[in-house]
Amino acid sequence: MKFEQFNDDIVKKFTMATIIWGIIGMLVGVFIAAQLAWPALNFDIPFLTFSRLRPLHTNAVIFAFGGNALIGTSFYVVYRTCKANLFAPKLASFVFWGYQLVIVGAVLTLPFGYTQSREYAELIWPIDVFLTLVWVAYAVVYFGTIVKRQEKHIYVANWFYSAFIITIALLHIVNNLQIPVNWHLSYSVYPGAVDALVQWWYGHNAVGFFLTAGFLGMMYYFIPKQVGKPVYSYRLSIVHFWALISSYMWAGPHHLQYTSLPDWAQSVGMVFSLILLAPSWGGMINGIMTLSGAWHKLRDDPIIKLMIVSLSFYGMSTFEGPMMAIKTVNALSHYTDWTIGHVHSGALGWVALITVGSIYVLIPKLWKKEAMYSTSLINVHFWIATLGIVLYIASMWIAGVMQGLMWRDINADGTVVYSFAESVKATYPYYVARMLGGLLFLGGMFVMAYNIVMTLRSKGDAKPLVGEAA
Amino acid sequence: MEMTNFWSWWIIILIVIHVVGYALLLQKTSKLKSEKHKPGETTGHTWDGIEEYNNPLPKWWFYLFVLTIVFTVGYLAYYPGMGNFKGVSGWTSEKAWKEENDAVLAKRAELFSTFIDKPIPVMIKDEKAMAIGERLFANHCSTCHGSDAQGAQGFPNLADDDWLYGGDADTLVASITNGRNGIMPPWGAALGDEGVNQVAAYVRNFSEEGQDEKLVTEGKAKFAMFCAACHGADAKGNHMLGAPNLTDDIWLHSYDSSMLEMVINDGISGQMPAHNELLDANSIKVLAAYIYSLTNE
Repeated sequence: MKFEQFNDDIVKKFTMATIIWGIIGMLVGVFIAAQLAWPALNFDIPFLTFSRLRPLHTNAVIFAFGGNALIGTSFYVVYRTCKANLFAPKLASFVFWGYQLVIVGAVLTLPFGYTQSREYAELIWPIDVFLTLVWVAYAVVYFGTIVKRQEKHIYVANWFYSAFIITIALLHIVNNLQIPVNWHLSYSVYPGAVDALVQWWYGHNAVGFFLTAGFLGMMYYFIPKQVGKPVYSYRLSIVHFWALISSYMWAGPHHLQYTSLPDWAQSVGMVFSLILLAPSWGGMINGIMTLSGAWHKLRDDPIIKLMIVSLSFYGMSTFEGPMMAIKTVNALSHYTDWTIGHVHSGALGWVALITVGSIYVLIPKLWKKEAMYSTSLINVHFWIATLGIVLYIASMWIAGVMQGLMWRDINADGTVVYSFAESVKATYPYYVARMLGGLLFLGGMFVMAYNIVMTLRSKGDAKPLVGEAA
Repeated sequence: MEMTNFWSWWIIILIVIHVVGYALLLQKTSKLKSEKHKPGETTGHTWDGIEEYNNPLPKWWFYLFVLTIVFTVGYLAYYPGMGNFKGVSGWTSEKAWKEENDAVLAKRAELFSTFIDKPIPVMIKDEKAMAIGERLFANHCSTCHGSDAQGAQGFPNLADDDWLYGGDADTLVASITNGRNGIMPPWGAALGDEGVNQVAAYVRNFSEEGQDEKLVTEGKAKFAMFCAACHGADAKGNHMLGAPNLTDDIWLHSYDSSMLEMVINDGISGQMPAHNELLDANSIKVLAAYIYSLTNE
């Protein structure tokens, strides 16, 4: 059928965009990691400096790589689990091209210094306005499909995708309320500490709803699908879904511990971050336990390996996060590279691995091939990616704890023992190790790209299965 | 600052709704009897081939969740968090900071007691004082003046005999306490391009003889007219104004290539920030003594 064909086509586009932007974003990441070890690599060219490229890296990997992966898989999951073609297909095409235009807009502005200077919300106001339109169109397509579903119940993956779509719209609009001065410059409507709190309410919920809830939606479809077993516990998904989305909303102030934010807000941010631990782990349990009784598949199927290891990193970083939100721990960890390590344990370990696992499932299905070109190359990808992540986060842990301890080391007369420059010097070897970790991870992406190209060029088309819309 | 009662209750009620909500959610879902779905049986729904079991909540996970809820209740009773309620501990971040800071200051006063009353020229003989001074310098001064105090372009060398404002003990204390604003006004408009080049040649000649004689002669006349008021008729500077000595081949901004011309044409300013709000008077005295010791025996 025409529309069925369309459904797969739009997901194909998003899948390709995910891979391309992923490689570009991670390449920029490796480059700026190298700049931290060897600053001469900015070549005294303004748009190649760390300060300009760092927001390009974060926007590219979160919103371009992660965003394309989420929108693409959400379309795939929603039309399959609702047994209904996508609502308003032309609007879905607009979502794809509009979203790519936003990303191109980021590439053309951030390196040249056009920025709102709000972390993870750097895009200038005209792009923000356009992104709002694209996002509303996305919501219309997605929820329109839910409305016309042929299944009575809504599958749990769609709860998470829904929370992601609605909350990101809310966050994006509230955090970007600005008064424009000219075509690229605008000022926030919020004053002082309120502005900081709004920014981190946004920043932390971008982690919560973009990088957590959205990818949990992906996990809830692709893990049971690939494992071929039922999800572990329906009721666990109810508790952890509602507790997760409601407690995330409160956790933002933990980014502002020991600042001019009022004490009450700091306390509330800390306790709700602790409450977040169990709801976060609910998703990990539901994913990993889906494998119970089929553990042998971990040996044979590298795609399941990618997914289960991604859940392990997810569990690790959602444990680490609440710990770092505890004020006394935060006093040590804040402003150090520990934070960078924590973020990448989530971003590389959880977000990127669950995404590449899902892509390996999607590619043969979408292009009607029997399987990926090479299973052993998936295995290679798994190992160098995992090794890269471990190298990355271990070096940043050591560097971060070391920096925190050096900065707080005080002489009897109240002076600090180490100057800041001494802590930078001590961090140097860890910056090199981190760059190597990132390089390994990027290498894995190239292995995947090669594997995909070879799959698409292969002739082994899948035979149409009776009773299943392929 | 207190928030209004409305916002205080708004916060309290929202927190209570959430925390109680988690407890109820847990209680309700853990009690769902497995009668409806026997172990090993799915909920009966299928989405694109995916089914769901309805296993009970893992016990350890259930208690972990309960533990964080109990901790939250205790924490919000003890510390500020529930709107305007201060928490039974009475803890505030400001009090916590003050206690810590007072402890450091008390300890510092005790350490300083053996030498702080000595005049600076005597204090420099005290090894303990100089060790502390060196650390204070590393913390507060080295970013600009360098860890060896030898400065950098635009940041004066404190380890030589050349002083912008004077190197005696009282002046050092004054410079650190209140900071300094060095302003060389722009002379391009008054001198014109030619005049700037002439004055530059005259000034450069002190450090590098053999400049164009005609330029130097013309420059000398213009120097007397425009520059001598601050830098002195002999160009040896003036500590009262912070005007540098231009004859000693020590350059704050370098006289290379066109830098000197640029400074004369556009003017330049330098700022030493005041430290009276960052350091107490005793620490400033010890710091001044350390800097004094670099050029005095």
